[in-house]
Amino acid sequence: MQLDYFQLIDRIVDLNLDEKTITVEAQVPERHTIFEGHFPGFPIMPGVLLTEAMAQSSGWLLLGVTKFERMPFLAMVKEAKMRRFVSPGQLLTIDARIEHEGSGFAVTSARARVGTELKCSADLTFRHVPFPDPSLRVHMDAMAHKIGFPLQAMTP
Amino acid sequence: MSSTFDQIATIIAETCDIPRDTITPESHAIDDLGIDSLDFLDIAFAIDKAFGIKMPLEKWTQEVNDGKATTEQYFVLKNLAARIDELVAAKNAGA
Repeated sequence: MQLDYFQLIDRIVDLNLDEKTITVEAQVPERHTIFEGHFPGFPIMPGVLLTEAMAQSSGWLLLGVTKFERMPFLAMVKEAKMRRFVSPGQLLTIDARIEHEGSGFAVTSARARVGTELKCSADLTFRHVPFPDPSLRVHMDAMAHKIGFPLQAMTP
Repeated sequence: MSSTFDQIATIIAETCDIPRDTITPESHAIDDLGIDSLDFLDIAFAIDKAFGIKMPLEKWTQEVNDGKATTEQYFVLKNLAARIDELVAAKNAGA
């Protein structure tokens, strides 16, 4: 995780475009200023960042399904449940699945675990639109390479 | 079996917390019921699932933006119900 850049996903472990599922890993840093305030003496990952991590996982899945022709933007968060604490240094594994593909939008369900222990889950809705700026597409391509996005899924 | 309009009205009432008895076939989803684009995503999701279709919202929006259609054609509920019936019929014909 690069929390300062809001890049929460480290690597893609599995992407199945037929099943419309993705599994990613996200390493929570041992140290970060966030943990100094959240909370002193008891550092835990904020729920909003866990939700964002689930959203980014779903976003990579949607990028794959749309062959990087459309950029997903988080529109709705439902049933967000922070079930157990996530501590500095833990390795999150996040699974996401597309539940529905609408016209210009998609609904996913995502869950994050440490090992086999479920930490949080949410149902997420995204709007997706053609890339609003070419530089964003370039950035997402670079990020895709960085996190090991399967190259065959990046071409139309 | 309830009509398409009745099903839509129930979905809107439950999704947007609008009293069911204020929703009529003549209601305009945006102008009369005040449904915004985010709430309409929820409604579209529920309608897609309920009818097993994919409402072409992007195409409809583009037609409205291009002046080729009016919002009434798609967002007055009796017209929306007719569009949904067409989509269901097309789906069944292709099945």
